[in-house]
Amino acid sequence: MTSRAQVRRLLSLVPYLREHDGVAMTDVAAAFGINVKTLREDLSVLWMCGMPGLTPGDLIDIDMDAVDGEGVIHLSNADYLTRPLRLSADEALALVLALRTLREIAGPGKREAVDRALKKLEAAAGNLPATDQATVAVTAARDDIQARVNDGLQRRKRLDLTYDVASRAETTRRMVDPLRVFVLDGYGYLEAWCYNAGGLRTFRLDRIAGVEVTAIDAATHEVELKDLSKGWFEALKDAPLVTLELQPSATWIAEYYPTEAITTRSDGGLIVSLHVTDPAWLRSLLLRLQGGAQVLSPPGAGDSAAEAAQEALDQYAVLLGAAAR
Amino acid sequence: MAPRKTERILNLTICLLVSGRYLPKSRIREAVEGYHNLSDAAFERTFERDKDELRSLGVPIEVGSFDPIFDDEPGYRILSSEFALPAIDLDAEEAAVVGVAARVWRHASMAESTRSAIAKLRAAGVEPDASQLASLEPSVQASEPGFEVLWNAVLDRARVSFTYRDGSPRTLEAWGLTSFKGRWYVIGRDVDRAATRMFKLSRMTDLPRRVSRPGSYEVPADLDLRRLARSLAPREPTETAVLAIRAGKAPALARRGKPTTSDVKLPAGFAVYAVGFGDLHSAAEEITQYAADVVVLEPAELRELVVRGLTAVAESVAAA
Repeated sequence: MTSRAQVRRLLSLVPYLREHDGVAMTDVAAAFGINVKTLREDLSVLWMCGMPGLTPGDLIDIDMDAVDGEGVIHLSNADYLTRPLRLSADEALALVLALRTLREIAGPGKREAVDRALKKLEAAAGNLPATDQATVAVTAARDDIQARVNDGLQRRKRLDLTYDVASRAETTRRMVDPLRVFVLDGYGYLEAWCYNAGGLRTFRLDRIAGVEVTAIDAATHEVELKDLSKGWFEALKDAPLVTLELQPSATWIAEYYPTEAITTRSDGGLIVSLHVTDPAWLRSLLLRLQGGAQVLSPPGAGDSAAEAAQEALDQYAVLLGAAAR
Repeated sequence: MAPRKTERILNLTICLLVSGRYLPKSRIREAVEGYHNLSDAAFERTFERDKDELRSLGVPIEVGSFDPIFDDEPGYRILSSEFALPAIDLDAEEAAVVGVAARVWRHASMAESTRSAIAKLRAAGVEPDASQLASLEPSVQASEPGFEVLWNAVLDRARVSFTYRDGSPRTLEAWGLTSFKGRWYVIGRDVDRAATRMFKLSRMTDLPRRVSRPGSYEVPADLDLRRLARSLAPREPTETAVLAIRAGKAPALARRGKPTTSDVKLPAGFAVYAVGFGDLHSAAEEITQYAADVVVLEPAELRELVVRGLTAVAESVAAA
């Protein structure tokens, strides 16, 4: 813990405790995102602070018996810290960006609440560098689809989903129970129990072509949602690992997909590993890279791409003959 | 010693906050207990550092004359009107969305900044409660190593230097940061080239370094990062391809296209669409992934690129 972070927290803690006389230690710790031990240390520091002179009458008064006995906090004699410090530029911008990201996946009603909160925060933040100095773009669903997905999520209703499966290159219709909407790496997703697949599935919001909220209540599913805290690579870690050798023209995939174990080749190419949940996804990636990627392991993982390419070439030869060459 | 330092800085803050007038350094040294046992030089150093730290937290320490007649020694004060967060009144719904915002950042120091902002709102009487929106989980990542340096450089308006992937050294007056498809870009004035430039953080080959004092440049008043971010998006379609698409396949292409006809005799189950595209090579890559489900009828140059791509896949994988 740096003293800077502690000073910052104490300047908020004092007015908070003045407003919440007799509040439980555990509630304060939860509100400030710290553990009780850190909070106890904070109180020990505050206890030594006060007006110049630091005579007993000058010090901030904390009832330490109540702290160590009942675990509640009574703080007094700090009339000069009735208000928290105004928001700093980094705090305001971090919070504004977080709210704007939430806005991209919020349903219509919540979106208005975000807009109102943003307006009030920007007014309270006052004379700061423009909060337009950072932006986050999120690719999510069309407004009407977004509204229905959120409606189903909030009212816990089953959804009738029309979805474009990129890797299978086709549109599917399925019944799902919505569990969560999240944003990861700039895209919005719906995580849901899919009755067609009989399991947990993740749907990119921008690929939902249509959705209807049914009258059926969503069931309870004993499933563990993906841990998103470490990003896609960790979230996918149970899927098989595929190692690719990339020509320089194909190295962009290391920036766009979660990859690891990157070795750089002398010609600018790369060797990367990535988790592949769906063999059809790998097939379409290899095709898209037009020969710029070769599968190093596991053996045979690239065969279906080669077969698909050969099938397409044969079809061109039949349809268009020499014109295709 | 961290608690002692925190104590000293907090006592300094209180001292400057309650005095109501400019206090000279000598008075501050007497009033704040943490300065008592320091030599003259150590006091000067410590006081300067404490002041910098408070200012970096956004505490408005003003410098002025404490004595209207003998204004030879500067004095310091904090006006509580400048210090305090203005009143902010959020309704339950607004407080709930602020509660969700608390868990958006997947970056340690950004998460800490958000937490601190929300602690201030709590201290101002806002009670964020995200429990009713538990199924919404927006997140922002910033895994690029240079992010934090650039973020602070943007806020402080301090020039930075770094090496870009092409090996070129760059000096930049960073105006803003923008995230597109989960990747961060920095936009600003490239000092050596005297031009507006955008750099992808993941393509910097070293850690950006600060090379100027804060406040070294002005950000254009009409800066529009959103417009610049949009310019990163795929180009608008300018050409049209005629594609035969197998029924139910390649929905993203079919939905973008308009039904049309062709003289080519197609197998059953194919329909013909006119689909717009912006860049020939990107279009070829997109179409190649659908293999035998999409046939390029026109233009010939697009078809050639697709056939060449398919040939390379058929051969490269076989060679492995």
